[in-house]
Amino acid sequence: MNRVEEKLFENRYRVDEGRAHIRIKEPDVCRDECETPSCTWACPAGCYSLGDDGSVTLSTDGCLECGTCRLLCNEHFNVEWSYPRGGYGVLYKFG
Amino acid sequence: MAERFDAIVVGAGPSGNTAAYVMAKAGMKVLQLERGEYPGSKNVQGAILYVDALEAVIPNCRKQAPLERAIIEQRMWLMDDRSHVGSHYRGATDADEQPTRYTVIRANLDKWFSKKVQEAGALLICETTVVELLKEGKQVVGVRTDRANGDIRADVVVLADGVNSLVATKSGLRPPIQAKDVALAVKEMHFLPKATIEERFNIPGEHGVVIEMFGKITKGMVGTGFLYTNKESVSVGVGCMVDDFRSARVSPYQLLEELKQHPSVKPLIAGSEVKEYSAHLIPEGGYNAIPPVHGDGWVICGDSGGFVNAVHREGSNLAMTTGRLAAETIVALRDEGKAYTASNLKRYRKALEKSFVMKDLRKYRDVPEILHGNRQFLTTYPELLSRAAHTLLTVDGVDKLTKEKQIQREFVQKRSRVGLFGDAIKLMRAFR
Repeated sequence: MNRVEEKLFENRYRVDEGRAHIRIKEPDVCRDECETPSCTWACPAGCYSLGDDGSVTLSTDGCLECGTCRLLCNEHFNVEWSYPRGGYGVLYKFG
Repeated sequence: MAERFDAIVVGAGPSGNTAAYVMAKAGMKVLQLERGEYPGSKNVQGAILYVDALEAVIPNCRKQAPLERAIIEQRMWLMDDRSHVGSHYRGATDADEQPTRYTVIRANLDKWFSKKVQEAGALLICETTVVELLKEGKQVVGVRTDRANGDIRADVVVLADGVNSLVATKSGLRPPIQAKDVALAVKEMHFLPKATIEERFNIPGEHGVVIEMFGKITKGMVGTGFLYTNKESVSVGVGCMVDDFRSARVSPYQLLEELKQHPSVKPLIAGSEVKEYSAHLIPEGGYNAIPPVHGDGWVICGDSGGFVNAVHREGSNLAMTTGRLAAETIVALRDEGKAYTASNLKRYRKALEKSFVMKDLRKYRDVPEILHGNRQFLTTYPELLSRAAHTLLTVDGVDKLTKEKQIQREFVQKRSRVGLFGDAIKLMRAFR
């Protein structure tokens, strides 16, 4: 288990199964066109992982809803970003 | 929902709560929408509450609000890799005047504030995300939520939906926020026994310490670290500009881990239990990044409008003040029987200009640019100062004049005489 997963483990979430609030629009663009996949290191929840072939996969379960990935992807605009449905997502106990 | 409201407030953070409170107190029919399970569940802050802005609407708030510790000591640390040079200011604990800054836990504060808002007569609906604005021509006439039949109409909409400002952006009222204007901060809540905190930080009873950290901890990125004492926990975090995380290829959680391992920080949180890890954006673009904040039937307050004074680490007070000024403008227009048009709501913008909010933001308008282009302030100088302190304080038989010359030589070697002079001018320009 890497460090960020241990951190996320302390948090409370209500996951909206099957309804991810962030989507990679065109996975091919990440793999073939993006030269700086900064989402794979700058997302504070480590939601984006980089494959050996340069592909990027997204898992929103640990998302902290900060919006960083939305701002980072400003060359290809390949991230479709919205807030989770009301009541779902991260539930900060302290904030 | 067929019911119609005088005003809809999007968001139940400090800004939205203040706006809703002021309008409800003035007898307006207010609906407040919050996407979280409860107010505070989506909100993150360091957190320091500047109580003056809250007292402007709830005068006796100190006695009721869930405040953690009154801050009596401010430490500023310039960090080298394994050492720091710092300054402390410690106020008198028995001073007659009341403290103006308190640490808070946002989930607790927001819940308390929200209760006040509801007692004042506003209707709060949680677990409801506003997705866009309803418009008739240019006039905003309500909001669309993610609920079934979720359109709700009102005469005016107050957008206090936080830093991402998605609603206004999607509705074309403002340009999208930019990675260069926004910082990403990550934070952990470290729990320790109350007595341990008081002993470690040398603070009595209800008093607290804040430590702001600059320098090599951010690896040349524009940013700061912080450590705040709460009653039974310590908040530890670090934030840097989003653009910098991209170019430096650094992970925010890795940066936080390294900060926690710094020899100046590590003993302060030793033995703690971490109970939460959070991340949040902070709009730090300053004056030049403020979007249009009013139009036909709408106003923007708080983080959503970019109202943060990054230099002084102030945000929640700007949020509450902008929320109050927006609400007071709306109440005044209602009293005068005037419509919520862009030209009438311009009064909000004027009130902002007259307040400390815009005055402070204007004062520091060049700071983001200057820091962005001059990384030596975050890397070279902390290192030089730390080495200078080390040299001066090392007693090794070398005379003091030789030591002074050695320090001078190091500064000149690193920055050159012209460079040192230029840096001094830049700092003066940025902060004057």
